[in-house]
Amino acid sequence: MNLDFSDEQKALKEQVRRFLEDRGGAARMRGVLTSDASYDKELYQGLADLGVLGAAIPEEFGGVGLSHLDLCVVAEELGRVIAPVPVASSIYLVAEFLLQAGSQAQKQAWLPKLAAGEAIGAFALVEGEGRMAPEKIKATVSGGKLTGTKVPVADGDCADVAVVAAKSESGAVSLYLVDLSGPGVERTTLNSIDPSRGQARLTFSGAPAELLGGEGDGWHIATQVMDRAAILIAYEQLGGADRALEMARDYALERMAFGRQIGSFQAIKHMLADMYVSATLARSNCYYGAWALASGASELPVAAATARVSATQAFQHCAKNNIQVHGGMGFTFEYDCHLFYRRANALALALGSVSTWEDLLVERMTAGNAAAAA
Amino acid sequence: MDFEDTPEEAAFRSEVRAWIEANAPKHLEDQLKRANFGDIGITSEDPIQACKSWQKKKAEAGWACLHWPKEYGGGNRTPMERVIWNQEEGLYRALGGLFTIGQGMCGPTVMAWADEGAKRRLLPPLSSGEEVWCQLFSEPASGSDLAGLRTRAVKADDGSGDWIINGQKIWTSGAQNSDWGLLIARTDPDVPKHKGLTMFYLSMHTPGVEVRPIKQANGQSSFNEVYFTDVRIPDAQRLGAVGQGWEVSLTTLMNERLSIGSGMSTGFPSLLSLCMDVEIDGKPAVEDANVRSKLAQFAVREMGLKYTGMRAITALSKGETPGPENSIGKLVAGATMQDLAMFALDLQGQSGVIWEKDGPHDGRFQAILMRSPATRIEGGSDEILRNIIGERVLGLPGDIRVDKDVAFKDIPTSGRKKVAAG
Repeated sequence: MNLDFSDEQKALKEQVRRFLEDRGGAARMRGVLTSDASYDKELYQGLADLGVLGAAIPEEFGGVGLSHLDLCVVAEELGRVIAPVPVASSIYLVAEFLLQAGSQAQKQAWLPKLAAGEAIGAFALVEGEGRMAPEKIKATVSGGKLTGTKVPVADGDCADVAVVAAKSESGAVSLYLVDLSGPGVERTTLNSIDPSRGQARLTFSGAPAELLGGEGDGWHIATQVMDRAAILIAYEQLGGADRALEMARDYALERMAFGRQIGSFQAIKHMLADMYVSATLARSNCYYGAWALASGASELPVAAATARVSATQAFQHCAKNNIQVHGGMGFTFEYDCHLFYRRANALALALGSVSTWEDLLVERMTAGNAAAAA
Repeated sequence: MDFEDTPEEAAFRSEVRAWIEANAPKHLEDQLKRANFGDIGITSEDPIQACKSWQKKKAEAGWACLHWPKEYGGGNRTPMERVIWNQEEGLYRALGGLFTIGQGMCGPTVMAWADEGAKRRLLPPLSSGEEVWCQLFSEPASGSDLAGLRTRAVKADDGSGDWIINGQKIWTSGAQNSDWGLLIARTDPDVPKHKGLTMFYLSMHTPGVEVRPIKQANGQSSFNEVYFTDVRIPDAQRLGAVGQGWEVSLTTLMNERLSIGSGMSTGFPSLLSLCMDVEIDGKPAVEDANVRSKLAQFAVREMGLKYTGMRAITALSKGETPGPENSIGKLVAGATMQDLAMFALDLQGQSGVIWEKDGPHDGRFQAILMRSPATRIEGGSDEILRNIIGERVLGLPGDIRVDKDVAFKDIPTSGRKKVAAG
């Protein structure tokens, strides 16, 4: 047993951290937030050039051919600086959909572009409020043409290609690959709590759609890919939680009140200790997730839900208490606290709410995976 | 990143498994399965003897104190081998509880501070369970503020060099079963509190030592008061220099964190099976949305603790020293098991009030409910552990200590203002 990353993976982590810090860290997120840009193109291209977008994409499809453990390491660093790039949609989801279910031609058509940052992918599943379920999908594909409305679609404002869940002519939920530059696609950018990872409404009226994976396999494939993406997003959440905790710690050391550093008061100290506990439990659960993701273990569904629930809570906990430790300054636009608070609460809903994942966790544990929790 | 055994680990595991299969006290298996928190569950024979005989058997085959050097009765094994042993020992691990404090805390302190002769005399019988140790630290007026302890050690006036001990210790786990005790006492009240302490060990059978079990809130008596009345200890039984007791005690307390094993459990598997057994509106409770949400919360804590333990073991096996970050284990486990027990009783409905060993679910959750308050206090309260994390992991400043530079004898002992007579 060895529950740790390798020295090479740690070196990659350092390299990505330096790269991101050299480019301004969380200031890049503020840059997108305060502009009309939907994402940071320069940063995204830099990540592509560094090879991190294609880290887990095989070399034959233009990637670097490393493992998903390496991608976890990258995701954590992107989370630390709440990077304003569409990596979750394009790499954790669409590239994974292609790798898991795409035909050779589909992989060849899109993976090299995704890895090179020349194209951006988005996953269009949701159709309005409430918990997502197969029966809530109203979009349909008939004669290779997609009709329906998907909202919200993360990074749908900037994506070039979408994986869309829709019902086939037989009424079975299936996945389709849609070129968003083609006809029959209308997109509306929507304001959100975290505009640095844009949200859009995609309206399809007879847009050409190509089946991805088997007809009727859509929900099954989506579940598998979302499990994988959940672990990668959990790493982003972990990075964000750690950084929010560090910000709070640094402020508690610097800020004086009643003649002492506020970090010497137990009310603050214990709040920070509890943040550390959340972040540590999440980290450990994420390690379990990373192992399951990289090894293809049968525990993957349980591990994904565990990492997802744990990391979501940790990031929300650390981000909200980071503001609390900063006091009034934490509620100014000028301080970075709200950037992390925005991202924490947006990521908490990506791929489905916490309560959805709690439900999945229990379902999976009671369905014969109970041993994983014992 | 790998959860699987290496070939060497797998070979070790099968060796261990075969030995345990052939040697474990299987006649106790059914009783151990129904053990509850704070109650080992053995009634068919003297539980102390059951623990000692399993320990002896392990020691004779080289399976006791796996991480200790062989010359002190250990197995000279790696941290990972120790973990594998613990996993394989499973149910029978409960029989080691009697020795946890001795082997986990007192032994390492003796190993770090005693002379070679004392180590060779004291450690092998501690390893084999023939001699049980307890830790005489807490006092009625010094729990979290351990350095404020008042038990006095004074040099005998007969020129023997012996020390005479007077005072009282409390919350001493297992004192009633112990042969030896690790004792911290005040040797100099004229200097600030941390500087006037000295560490000793003594036979619990020494005249003047009196052990009185405490009847606890949960009705059991695992903790004790220990009274010292003119107890004489030879100077050779001093560990470290006179006045160095606080430093020596840190070895003990650090080793408390080192006894990581495979981490603490919160009772989650029992809760999960309860949720499949009891019903809400005619359906298993596990199908209820609120129950599922709570279950998931408990699950991520249980698993987070488990994998945190594994990360610590990984670090240990790479030669790193576990530090104060390991304080989170008990902090999380204590509070979680208490919440979990309250939730379980709620699911049991009005029957949740029943605490019968032969009652619903063996009275398991009631035992956790009634024992868990102690978990949140013993070995460092939740608040002390948060201070440790805040100060020693996150680097926050310590609290302002008004008694820091005050001679111990001048530190106030009552918060109540004295009212002048008349």
